[in-house]
Amino acid sequence: MLIAKNITKKFSGVTALNNICLELHPGKVNAIIGENGAGKSTLMKIFSGVHTQYEGDIIYNGNKVQFASTKDAEEAGIAIIHQELNLVPHLSITENIFLGREITNAFGILNKKNMCEQTKLLLKKVNLNLHPDTLIYKLKVGQQQLVEIAKALHTNAEVIIMDEPTSAITDKEVDNLFAIIDELTANNKTIAYISHKLNELFQKADRYTVLRDGATIGAGEMKDITHDELVEKMAGRKIMIERNTMNAASNEPLLQLKNICLQNPENSGDNVVHNVSLTLHKGEVIGVYGLMGAGRTELMETIFGLHPSLSSGELYMESKSKKFKSPADAIKAGIMLIPEDRKSQGLCLDLTVRDNICITVLDKLQQWDIFLNKRKETALSKAYIQQLSIKTASQETQVRNLSGGNQQKIVLAKWLAKTPKVLLLDEPTRGIDVGAKSEIYKLIKEMAAKGLGVIVVSSEIPEILALANRVLVMCEGKLTADMPVAEATESNMLTYALHRN
Amino acid sequence: MLAISSSYSLNTQRLKRFQSLIALLLLCVILTVLSDKFFSSENGLNVLRQTAVNICIATGMTLVILTGGIDLSVGSILALCGAATAGLLKNGMVLPSLDIFIGFTVLGAILAAMLIGWLIGLFNGFVITKFNVPPFVATLAMLTIARGFTMLYTQGQPISNLGQQFVYIGAGSFLGIPVPVWIAALVVLIAAFITQKTKLGRYIYAIGGNETAAKFSGINVSKVKMVVYAMAGAMAAIGGIIVTSRLDSAQPNAGISYELDAIAAVVIGGTSLSGGRGTVWGTVMGAIIIGVLNNGLVLLNVSPFWQQVVKGAVILLAVIIDKLGDKKE
Ligand SMILES: Nc1ncnc2c1ncn2[C@@H]1O[C@H](COP(=O)(O)OP(=O)(O)OP(=O)(O)O)[C@@H](O)[C@H]1O
Ligand SMILES: [Mg+2]
Repeated sequence: MLIAKNITKKFSGVTALNNICLELHPGKVNAIIGENGAGKSTLMKIFSGVHTQYEGDIIYNGNKVQFASTKDAEEAGIAIIHQELNLVPHLSITENIFLGREITNAFGILNKKNMCEQTKLLLKKVNLNLHPDTLIYKLKVGQQQLVEIAKALHTNAEVIIMDEPTSAITDKEVDNLFAIIDELTANNKTIAYISHKLNELFQKADRYTVLRDGATIGAGEMKDITHDELVEKMAGRKIMIERNTMNAASNEPLLQLKNICLQNPENSGDNVVHNVSLTLHKGEVIGVYGLMGAGRTELMETIFGLHPSLSSGELYMESKSKKFKSPADAIKAGIMLIPEDRKSQGLCLDLTVRDNICITVLDKLQQWDIFLNKRKETALSKAYIQQLSIKTASQETQVRNLSGGNQQKIVLAKWLAKTPKVLLLDEPTRGIDVGAKSEIYKLIKEMAAKGLGVIVVSSEIPEILALANRVLVMCEGKLTADMPVAEATESNMLTYALHRN
Repeated sequence: MLAISSSYSLNTQRLKRFQSLIALLLLCVILTVLSDKFFSSENGLNVLRQTAVNICIATGMTLVILTGGIDLSVGSILALCGAATAGLLKNGMVLPSLDIFIGFTVLGAILAAMLIGWLIGLFNGFVITKFNVPPFVATLAMLTIARGFTMLYTQGQPISNLGQQFVYIGAGSFLGIPVPVWIAALVVLIAAFITQKTKLGRYIYAIGGNETAAKFSGINVSKVKMVVYAMAGAMAAIGGIIVTSRLDSAQPNAGISYELDAIAAVVIGGTSLSGGRGTVWGTVMGAIIIGVLNNGLVLLNVSPFWQQVVKGAVILLAVIIDKLGDKKE
């Protein structure tokens, strides 16, 4: 059993954990629940030796322990899948999995064959159909997440901490992960599981602990608590996310795609996006569902002008034919993409909260078109910090120091501030808690009511049902369904997502 | 909501900003104790006059490094632009095919040299952004190319005797302060204004912080980079004009390895070589620290060989102290 006893952790003036207590039981899935910035990741980082300075005790199997490093924790049998992806982009999957624990022969030479074989088995286990030599930077976020899971499994740890392991993967991979978790708990391993997808917790978790503002609010057996009670414990209020049932208010076409194709860069005979045609109307929200590898992200990227040389087909913006050679062209035409990978595509982690929020709209924040008006910048970021309840010590805090969900909110704020004509959202609420999610849905719908067209890609069916007027489903690069939201159900969406010709 | 004890993070930032200033003051105190010639307004102005050129170059270098790049060609650009100023001033420009002769006033020659520096920098930026050549390689090539053109233009000979008016720029004083110091101050003010107060400045930091995110945000990354390299070129040209004027002569070998002093000033000033973090003020402090150190070592009669060792050690020390400040959680 792994126990945190009266742990307090301060970061230069910010108290992240305040006298917190938590137990992780062996053979159980221990859910840790709380709003963005509640302190979940911070506590997990203490368990796994990332943060070494704190007050209070960590007790592991009856002994007080103090890890000096992640290596230390790993040797004691504690492995962690971090919320933020931590893979080295220009190394291969194998090299990443074996980083720091390479297998060598007697002369210190790497035994590549052995490592490659083991990686193959691990990838098979997590259901990732890629060659072990594939370089990480070529992988989509969800695939990277599976590599992180494989990496943690490879350590053979007693305690496995999963900090939002499913934020970027789709239902199929989630089911697969749950099978792995079952196997682990059957062998009496301890699982700590953090997720903002509450239905996952009700499906898999045995125990829960709720954190709020760095303190423990409650703990117990999952079977003794209902969904609504849990939300109320976590947020301190009731939150309802309702299904959208409305059709779009207008049928004035905004963005039209005709036979959009995108070639596979590795294999020119193969299409990642295949003959996609669709029309987005003014004020309409289209939800795009699909499993991993369905080509949803690639479709968004193609619209946004990121693959000019590999794509074909026609694109009309407000009935005018367009050919985007770069994102700058697309932005000029009024199309913005909120990318799925906040760390590598969304944020400048070293810049402040304010600078990140304002960067897309500096044109509007200038004085006499010469210099920036700090008052306007402050006002704009203040508005978004309040509206999205971004938890930050100040506007001058570096984004790097925010919790994962709060970083994601900055990503949203940054592009919502720009008020485009068409907004492409790729997994917009990755890692955001239920309360903030409902606020964000409200905001997006308000913007749509004013004429904004939105295409939202999401792996969460409830999110699509809450936001969209129309639901599209993709499978292997093709559109397999296009229906009003009233006709969409969880089961027919899944069927279309698996639909193969 | 959050327990925030005053604004600690702000304080550490502020402390970091003054870190190099503190180091500089410390250095001055030590030198004052060790040498009775160090602490005088005469020597102070002398140090500033000698540092002015490095400040100009290092300021441009700061902008480049903030975007995550590097410019190794500034020393050569300095030489070429210095030679161009001298040559245009003395011999004017002859277009043989058209049978035209253009004479240059001092101001005309200066503006022409700055334009040349700007264009060379623009070319650097163009190669880097258009063909994806790493800045290190592109500007390394330009280091040789510009030096070669300097040799061609001067035929390897100095161009001297440039006139009283021109010499005022490098050797004269205005209100008791050397003219080069005024020029450097102006360059610094402009660069500080751009980085801290303008859209362009914000884009520079964003590109250095995360180029992909900048691109997704709709920033025209190539354009910003080209402007930044062009500015670095123009600032190197200003350095070239000062050097030429001070010696009343353009030397074909001027500015060799000046890029290293500039980079050292930037680094000592706390700017991260990977981009996105740092300030122009830090660089000014860095340049002055190097200048004071040079001056102090000469005053103390340290042998030139030891001077180099000490200078290198100070650079290392400065950066290590800076990193230690970062490590704390
Ligand atoms: N390195 C750091 N420096 C300063 N503050 C930090 C740092 N890391 C975390 N914090 C602060 O500690 C608090 C808790 O953060 P933590 O990452 O543990 O939240 P979380 O519960 O994991 O949230 P999320 O659901 O968004 O991932 C936040 O307010 C965050 O701003
Ligand atoms: Mg977290």
